[in-house]
Amino acid sequence: MKLKSNIATSENGFIFNPATGDSFSGNGMAAQLLAAMKNGKTNAEIKQDILNRYDVSENQLDRDWDDWMLQLKEANLLEI
Amino acid sequence: MEKLPYQKPYIKKLHAGAMNKFGTRTGVQPVKSIEGVSVKSLIENYGSPVFVLSEKQIRRNYRAAYRAFSTRYPKVQFAWSYKTNYLNAVCQIFHQEGSWAEVVSGFEYRKALDNGVPGNKIIFNGPGKSSDNLQLAIEHDSMIHIDHFDELTLLLGLSKNLSNKPRVAIRVNMDTGVYPLWDRFGFNYENGEAWSAINKIITSGSLQLVGLHCHIGTYMLSTDAYGIAANKLAQLAVSCQTQLNHKIEYLDLGGGFPSTNTLKGAYLPGNDTVPTVDDFAEVITSALLNFGFANDDLPLLILESGRVLIDDAGYLLGTVIANKRLANGKAATIVDFGVNILFTSFWYEHQVSPAQDFVAHNENMVIYGPLCMNIDVIRESINLPALNPGDQLVVHKVGAYNMTQWMQFITLRPAVVLIDEKLRTHLIRKNETLEYTAEPELVPAHLNNSK
Repeated sequence: MKLKSNIATSENGFIFNPATGDSFSGNGMAAQLLAAMKNGKTNAEIKQDILNRYDVSENQLDRDWDDWMLQLKEANLLEI
Repeated sequence: MEKLPYQKPYIKKLHAGAMNKFGTRTGVQPVKSIEGVSVKSLIENYGSPVFVLSEKQIRRNYRAAYRAFSTRYPKVQFAWSYKTNYLNAVCQIFHQEGSWAEVVSGFEYRKALDNGVPGNKIIFNGPGKSSDNLQLAIEHDSMIHIDHFDELTLLLGLSKNLSNKPRVAIRVNMDTGVYPLWDRFGFNYENGEAWSAINKIITSGSLQLVGLHCHIGTYMLSTDAYGIAANKLAQLAVSCQTQLNHKIEYLDLGGGFPSTNTLKGAYLPGNDTVPTVDDFAEVITSALLNFGFANDDLPLLILESGRVLIDDAGYLLGTVIANKRLANGKAATIVDFGVNILFTSFWYEHQVSPAQDFVAHNENMVIYGPLCMNIDVIRESINLPALNPGDQLVVHKVGAYNMTQWMQFITLRPAVVLIDEKLRTHLIRKNETLEYTAEPELVPAHLNNSK
């Protein structure tokens, strides 16, 4: 799943969709994931990076990743 | 290298619009302990879910309510409403504080006797008293509050040839300006039915009419209704005195005072909208004091409050089982307690607090119980931080009705723990076991395949 190319994100978690005018705020982890996705990293790369740096199990991250995708989809931020 | 603390990723849509005129909401706070006893240790020792009651808070509530009335009126008596919470330990706290017992069934009546309440301090209300129940109440000289003419007829039959006349009151229903009218309990005031019942009792010569009672509603948000009720009961008492030369000893205004829980659909939280016991006391006692009774001839004022005395002393502790996201993107959390043990979640927006520290971001979510039923919703919409399986929760103000109306359904009912004034914990009802639920069951021989 890819983030829509026109989505604007800031370092501190603010997200703006110029096509719809919707704006969102995200927590620190959301900001990091968005930045990584915008840089074109693959899902596997992003997850591995989080696992290396953060205190979280692979199971928990997988579970949260699925939920993260659902949130982005619901927010209409992903390419269809 | 030490790893950084992890947070579940989360985004929230921002809505532009008018500010809430009441200002920004204060954030959710973790509630890690109840009266100084940690939630974690309570769950570890007694299981999850578990009901917890604070003896200190019960006594504080009782004393505050008693003070509200007794500082305004010289003769006040409270009678603990058994149906609100009839765990024996709870009843004993109220009896120790000086409460009589107010019961509404033969089962509750026997519980009160077993709790050591003298028969003459038991008020027997309710529309469903059997002949055996009435006989028992007569033998113990209790105050029998007659609900309908059939009960009166039954009672007249039972009291024939008795040397000690049974002490009775009539239950009166009336228009107090709160609609729909509660006209199902007792005899109507406006159409003269109550007066007719009074006449019948006094002329029978076999019953002593000692009191007048009303139960005008539940979770009453209007104090005026109690002023009207007190006036109407006082009017009946004065009519008894002047027209029938019969003195009424007590007026019982029943229960119905609300707790500070927030009713479903209410715009503002209960804390901000519910009248206090002092507000009710002011209206009721003013009505009686200004009615025209001679100072030394004021009737005893009885209150049968339940909910307001115990709701905020009760907590339900539970654990998060799972999270899921619904089809519309809304977050959902499944917890280990359902509506079968939290009956009041049908009426209230119960406050729910996490019992551990959490990250700052809140998300709007629905809280589901573990029952495999669509109606098992604890909160339809609540803002809470992201919860993980295993996290603990505290539901507030659950002391009234849940521990009497709870149902055993697909799970076993949990333990109830009392924290006493010295912060010691006591198990006051064990959690149920499979054997307990199976005990009354019988299986015919041809169906019995168990080993």
